[in-house]
Amino acid sequence: MKVELQKICKSFGSLKANDNVSLCVEAGTIHGLLGENGAGKSTLMKVLTGFITADSGQILLDNVAVQVTSPVEAIQRGVGMLYQDPLDFPALTVLDNFVLGCPGGVRLDRAAARRALQTLAAQFDFTLDPDAAVSALSIGERQQLEIVRLLWLGARALVLDEPTTAISAQQKAKLFGALRKLAEQGKTVIFVSHKLEEVEELCHEVTVLARGRVTGQAHGPYSAEQLVRMMFGQVVTLRKRTPVPLGEPVLQLDDLTISDWRLEVKGLNLTIRAGEVIGLAGLEGSGQRLLLQAASGLRHPTSGKVSICGKDLTGQPYINFLNAGVSFMPAGRLEEGLIAGMTITEHVALAQRSREFVVNWQQAERSAAQRIKDYNIKGRPSSYVEELSGGNQQRTLLGLLSSQLNLLLMEHPTRGLDLESSESIWGLLLERTRHGTAIMFASADLDELLDRSDRILVFFSGRVAAAVEAPSTSAEQLGELIGGRGV
Amino acid sequence: MTTPSLPSSSSEGLRNSLLRLSGIITAFLLTAIVLVIIGASPLDAANLIAQGAFSSPEKIAFVLTAWVPVMLCAAGLLLTFSAGMWNIGIEGQIVLGAIFATGVMRILQNSAPPAVVLVLAALAGLLGGALWGVLAGVLKLYGNVNEIFGGLGMNFIASSLTVYLVLGPWKRPGIGSTSGTAPFPPKLWLPAFNGFQVSPVEPALAVIAILAVFLALRGTYFGLRLKAIGKNLRSAYLAGVPTDRYLLLAFALCGGLAGLAGWVLVCGASARHNLFPLISSGYGFLAILVVLLANLSAVWSVPISFFFAAIAMGSLQLSLQRQLDSSLGGVIQDLLVLSILVTQGLQARLAKKKG
Repeated sequence: MKVELQKICKSFGSLKANDNVSLCVEAGTIHGLLGENGAGKSTLMKVLTGFITADSGQILLDNVAVQVTSPVEAIQRGVGMLYQDPLDFPALTVLDNFVLGCPGGVRLDRAAARRALQTLAAQFDFTLDPDAAVSALSIGERQQLEIVRLLWLGARALVLDEPTTAISAQQKAKLFGALRKLAEQGKTVIFVSHKLEEVEELCHEVTVLARGRVTGQAHGPYSAEQLVRMMFGQVVTLRKRTPVPLGEPVLQLDDLTISDWRLEVKGLNLTIRAGEVIGLAGLEGSGQRLLLQAASGLRHPTSGKVSICGKDLTGQPYINFLNAGVSFMPAGRLEEGLIAGMTITEHVALAQRSREFVVNWQQAERSAAQRIKDYNIKGRPSSYVEELSGGNQQRTLLGLLSSQLNLLLMEHPTRGLDLESSESIWGLLLERTRHGTAIMFASADLDELLDRSDRILVFFSGRVAAAVEAPSTSAEQLGELIGGRGV
Repeated sequence: MTTPSLPSSSSEGLRNSLLRLSGIITAFLLTAIVLVIIGASPLDAANLIAQGAFSSPEKIAFVLTAWVPVMLCAAGLLLTFSAGMWNIGIEGQIVLGAIFATGVMRILQNSAPPAVVLVLAALAGLLGGALWGVLAGVLKLYGNVNEIFGGLGMNFIASSLTVYLVLGPWKRPGIGSTSGTAPFPPKLWLPAFNGFQVSPVEPALAVIAILAVFLALRGTYFGLRLKAIGKNLRSAYLAGVPTDRYLLLAFALCGGLAGLAGWVLVCGASARHNLFPLISSGYGFLAILVVLLANLSAVWSVPISFFFAAIAMGSLQLSLQRQLDSSLGGVIQDLLVLSILVTQGLQARLAKKKG
C-alpha cells in the first residue's frame, strides 16, 4: 500500500511539532524516518495512525485521500502501528492477546486463531508459544506478537516507533529479517528511529526530520555524514573534557550486596573521589539502578558498608544521605524529580529545605529567577514545570540541587534530549565536578559514557563485569562488554 | 480517583468561577423541575428557604449552627486533600471528638468551674478526633490500607462505639435509650445572646480555623510541602520532605478540627447537649463535597459551606409551612453537587481537547 502524508501541520500550544511535513512511501519499501528526540517523528506517525488529528494537511492511502480519526479506523484501513512500549495485556496469554483486537462476532474461534498465529509466526521465524503468559515474554517477543497480530488484522502498512530500544542483538536481526520479508511481500514499512546505523542497514529510503520540518531525503547507499548534517544542521564534535584533579574519597562501598526481588548485586567494592565521574554501563536492569539506590540511601544493602565522605551511613535513612550532600536524580523527570502542578518558584522554595515556618515568596522568586539565568532555563519563575521542555526540566532539576553537593547520582541524565541540551547539561555537570562534586551516572548512550566518564563500570546480569578507563576504551569494546562478551 | 487540582492561573480561575456559576444555575433549574413534579411552586419554595435562612438575624444565627461544623471539617479537609488524601473517615473523627468531649464533661461537670470544663472538653474533642485521624493515616502508611476504606471502616466503629456508650456505660439513669446520654445542664452550654441559637464562640472558632488553614496553605513551608506530597509523593520524598510525618500531621490536624466540630455538636448553644448516635449528622460528608466543589480553594469553601448550611436550615420551613418534606433541602444540595461536578468534568474535558 502506498502511504502518503501531505503538508501535515500540528501544533501543541506554541510548539510546531509538525510544520508542513510531507512524506511519501511506495508499497514494498522500507522507509526510515530519522531524527533526534523531539524532531516530530512520533507526532507525524500518531497523525497517520489516528491517535491525534492534524491541524491541516491530508493522508492518502493508495492515492485516495482518507480521514483517519482513531487507531481502530487506521487498522481497518490497513495501517498498523507498533509502539515503543508494547500496548499489550501482560496478564493474558499470547493467544488471548492475539485475538483481543479482533473485530467481529460473539463466538471466538480460538482454534482458527491459534493456527493463524502459528502460521504467521513460522513465516517470519518467530517462536511464539500461544499458551505462554505475555508477562513472561521479552520485549522483543512481545513486538513479534504485536507484528503478527497487526498482520492478522489486515495491516498492509506497518509503522514501527523506535523498535530496537529494548531488544537484544539477536532479536534485532530477526526483526530486520521480518521487515525485509514484509517489504518483499509488497507491504509498506515505516521505521522510526534516531539511530543512524539502523536506518543505514535497513531502509531503502530515508526522510530526516528536525525541529518539526523535513530537512532532507535520501536513498541508499547513504553517506553517514550527510544524514548527520540533515539531523543536526552541522556535524557536532564533542568537547573533550579537561581532567579535574581528584580530591578525597566521597563514596566508599565495601563488599556491598544489594538485592531486589529479581536481581542481586554481590560483593561490590568501589571508591569515588571528589571531582570524579563514574559511568555505569549495561543493559537496562543489570544492577546499575540498585547501585545508585544504595549509594543514595534509598535502598538498604543486604550486607556490606556504605560510607559518604568517610562516614559510615549504612542502613541510615535517606534523609541522612541528603544531609551528607548526596543527591539522586532519577530518570523519570516528572515522575520522581519535579512535581507537576507546581511552579519553578515553588520548587525552589521546596528545595531549600528551610527550617523556617513562613515562606518568603519574594526571596524564593528572586532565587528562582537567578537559577533560571544561571542554568539557562527557558521559562519564568511562575512557569509550571510540566510546561517546560525536557531539556529545560532537566536543567531545572540541576538548578534545584544544593550548591554544596558531595555526590550526585543520576540515571540517564540526557535521555530524550537533543544534542544541544545534552551539551549544556554536561557543561553544568562538569562545572560542578570542578568544585569537588563526584558524579556517578547510568546511561545507555555509549558516546555519553565514553566522553563524560573517567571510569566506566560495566554491569552484566547483576555483577560488575568490567571496570575500564574511559579514555582508553573504544565504543566497540564497550559495546561488546555490555553485551557480555570480552570478559 | 484523583484529587482536584488547584486552578493554575487567574484567567483559568475566572473560567472556573463562571463554570461553577453555570453549574449552580443548572442545579436550581433541576430542583425547580422536581418541585413542579411534586406539585409545589418553585418560587414559593425558594422564597420559604430564603425566608427561613435569612429573614432575621436570629435566622442567620440558626444557619450558623449548621455552618460551623461544616466549616471546621472543611478547613481540616483542605489539609488532607492538599496532601492527596481522601479523609472519608471525617465523620468518625467528629464522633470521636464528641465522645471525648462528653467523657471529660461527665467526669468534671460537678467538680470544676463550667468554663474550665468546656475548655478541657474542647481540647479532649480535638484530641479524640486527631487520634482517630492519625489512626486512619497509620493504617494507610504502615498497614497499606487505602485511607478511603480505612476511614469508612472507622466511621462504623465510631458510631458503634457511640451506641455502646449510650446504651451501656453512659446510659441514662433508669432506662438506656438510643435517644442519647443524659443532657448536660445549661451551665455547660456555650453561652449565647438572648434569642440567638448560636454562641459567638462557635462561628469565631470556624473563622479562626479556616483563616489559619488559608494562611498555612498559602504562605508556609508546611502548606507547600503538603501540596508537594499531594501532587507527587515520590518527588517530594526525594526532595527531602519527611512525607510520612507530614501525612500523619495532616490527618491529625484534620481529625482535630473535626473533633472540635464534635465538641460543638455536644455543647453548642442549640445542640442537644448530650451524646447520641449519628451525632455527626453527615456534616463531615457535606464538608467533603464543599471542598471538592471549592476545588481545594479555602476562599471558595467559605461561601459554599455557608450556602449549603442556609439551604439545610432554610428548607426546614418547607415542612413547617407547606407540609413538604424537609429532605428537599438534601435533594437541592445533592443536585448542586452533581451538576457542579459535571461542569468540572466537562471543563476538564474541554481543557484536554484544547491542549
